Amino acid sequence: MADKKQYIFDNPKNVQRLIRALYVCCGLLFILDFIINRHFIHPYEGLLGFYAVYGFVGCVILVVIAKWMRTFLMRDENYYDQQQVAADEEEGGEHVVQ
Amino acid sequence: MKKREANMWYNDLPAFVPFFIAAALALVTRGTLRSIIMLVIIVASGLHLWLLPESLSVNLHFLEYDLIPYRVDRLSLVFGYVFHIAAFISVLFSLHVRDTVQHVSGLLYAGSALGAVFAGDLLTVFVFWELLAVTSAFLVWARRSKRSFESGMRYLIIQVLSGVILLAGVLVHVRTTGSLSFEVIGTSALSGWLILIAFGIKAAFPLMHTWLTDAYPEATSTGTVFLSAFTTKTAIYMLARGYPGTELLVYVGAAMACFPIFYAVIENDMRRVLSYSLINQLGFMVCGIGIGTALSINGTVSHAFVHIIYKSLLFMSMGSVLFMTGKIRATDLGGLYKTMPKTAVFCIIGAASISAFPLFSGFVAKSLIMAAALKEGYHWIWLLLLFASAGVFHHAGIKIPYFAFFAHDSGIRTSEPPLNMVIAMSIAAFLCLAIGIYPVWLYTILPFDFAYNPYDISHVLTQTQLLFFSALAFVWLNLKGIYPPEVRSVNVDSEWFYRKFLKRIEHSVFSWIWQTDSQLRSSVLDRIRGLIVYLAQLHYPTGKVSVQRPTGYMVIWVAILLAAYLWLLLSFPSAHH
Repeated sequence: MADKKQYIFDNPKNVQRLIRALYVCCGLLFILDFIINRHFIHPYEGLLGFYAVYGFVGCVILVVIAKWMRTFLMRDENYYDQQQVAADEEEGGEHVVQ
Repeated sequence: MKKREANMWYNDLPAFVPFFIAAALALVTRGTLRSIIMLVIIVASGLHLWLLPESLSVNLHFLEYDLIPYRVDRLSLVFGYVFHIAAFISVLFSLHVRDTVQHVSGLLYAGSALGAVFAGDLLTVFVFWELLAVTSAFLVWARRSKRSFESGMRYLIIQVLSGVILLAGVLVHVRTTGSLSFEVIGTSALSGWLILIAFGIKAAFPLMHTWLTDAYPEATSTGTVFLSAFTTKTAIYMLARGYPGTELLVYVGAAMACFPIFYAVIENDMRRVLSYSLINQLGFMVCGIGIGTALSINGTVSHAFVHIIYKSLLFMSMGSVLFMTGKIRATDLGGLYKTMPKTAVFCIIGAASISAFPLFSGFVAKSLIMAAALKEGYHWIWLLLLFASAGVFHHAGIKIPYFAFFAHDSGIRTSEPPLNMVIAMSIAAFLCLAIGIYPVWLYTILPFDFAYNPYDISHVLTQTQLLFFSALAFVWLNLKGIYPPEVRSVNVDSEWFYRKFLKRIEHSVFSWIWQTDSQLRSSVLDRIRGLIVYLAQLHYPTGKVSVQRPTGYMVIWVAILLAAYLWLLLSFPSAHH
């Protein structure tokens, strides 16, 4: 690595703090569902924590299915043009500090 | 500002003309002068459009048809405004590029999009439809690599195909209705279906979408910003104009909103991830068109408006990464927040906007479509769109900034991009926030008058819950090691059909032709060779023809002939005179 400078997320404690903040926010948002009397159109919407559960479960299902899709969709990078070497991007890159 | 009087001559100047003039001037100027000309003309053209009256049309009689090459109304005006914003941002973002091809084709491309949305008749639409295809292909080719050339070729073929289908549809339409004017078309006739397919190709309908995910990631770092704004949104405008309330579009839109997010999760090329999420966003718009109420059409138009801005912001941030580091695969990136903090912040603002966080622009637009779906009783569609909303946050909102700027440190140390790129990104980021915080301005320019307040407590709470718990899912999946690791790979999509299957078919057809051809030829050659051998055998020293006979043979034969002659003469004396 070129520099010895410490950046904010180089310290694992800061990452932990961020994740903990997320947990706290999620907890607060879930509790708010009990306090605020939401109006709703669809009956599902009225269920306690519907949006929270739907968001979490939806994303887990999304990732699990996507991961499974890799088993039959994933190919080598040169799948379409065998003769072509995986050339790195032809433009840019001259601004990288070595 | 006050709108101008309707009867001024300069009102009739079509919106694409200044862009074509700017392109011509960019061709003959260089450096700072060119930069100033391009930006000033776009600003002037935008002001001109802003001052136009709300309804205006220019009629032209050509052969036996009435053409309307320029029609201004509230629907086309919104697209006109946002296309000007997009053109300004994209041109500003590409000012550092010393490439006349990109500047000129970029301006022609933006002008063609303006020409198409302000076209009042189908023939004019067709002309600009094809111009869009040709001018944008140069932005892909401008990368000047073998990959981009081939990708641009495939892109151009599909785009032109869309134009050909459009022309066929228009011709049938004129035969049956006798009119070229571009109003609601619908799917009651064959022509309506043809035109819908033509529009659908450019709107990236499922299975017809791979030109987008193929070509956009192969264009230049600045060219993709242009590309992301115009082609697909012109198609959205066309659908909103020609097919509002076509129920099929509700289901097509829901499919478009859902299937790309799976691809986006496992895709490695960051700009291809953004291309898939672009299709996901188009899905919401197509859905809104299909629902077809004033609320949902307003939703589609406002979503298109804010989408163009945040999508170009996201493509700009990834373009900056590509330009500065030469890398764009998630496997090669990471930790860039250390040396590109501003770009990281812009990217996060774009990501928050596309994810529809409250106070960001996506929030005030997407909810119109969702509300319309619920109101019209499309409950399953609403659930799917809600899933797509969570999914878009997952792949575009978190994945893009996370893998580029955070995640594991790739060790790449670079710096912020050139000033013009930073300014372009800050303008887009400012607009994302401004529209999110003060949506009234956007709502007043929408095609239908309506009252809507996105900031009621239920809506803010539920949307925030949805997004935070999606983020929680991301963290949880990562900590558990379930999240799929980034891998250098390609994922098979429907382009497999023409890039592999047709190639295989072509290969086997040609090999069959070659085989039959060579068999046929060899059999003919064999026969000829046989004939030659036979003739040769005849003439060989031992051959029948080359038997040497003594001269005595000849004498005997002559004698026999003479004898026969004599015999004939004596037998038939009357024949002799």
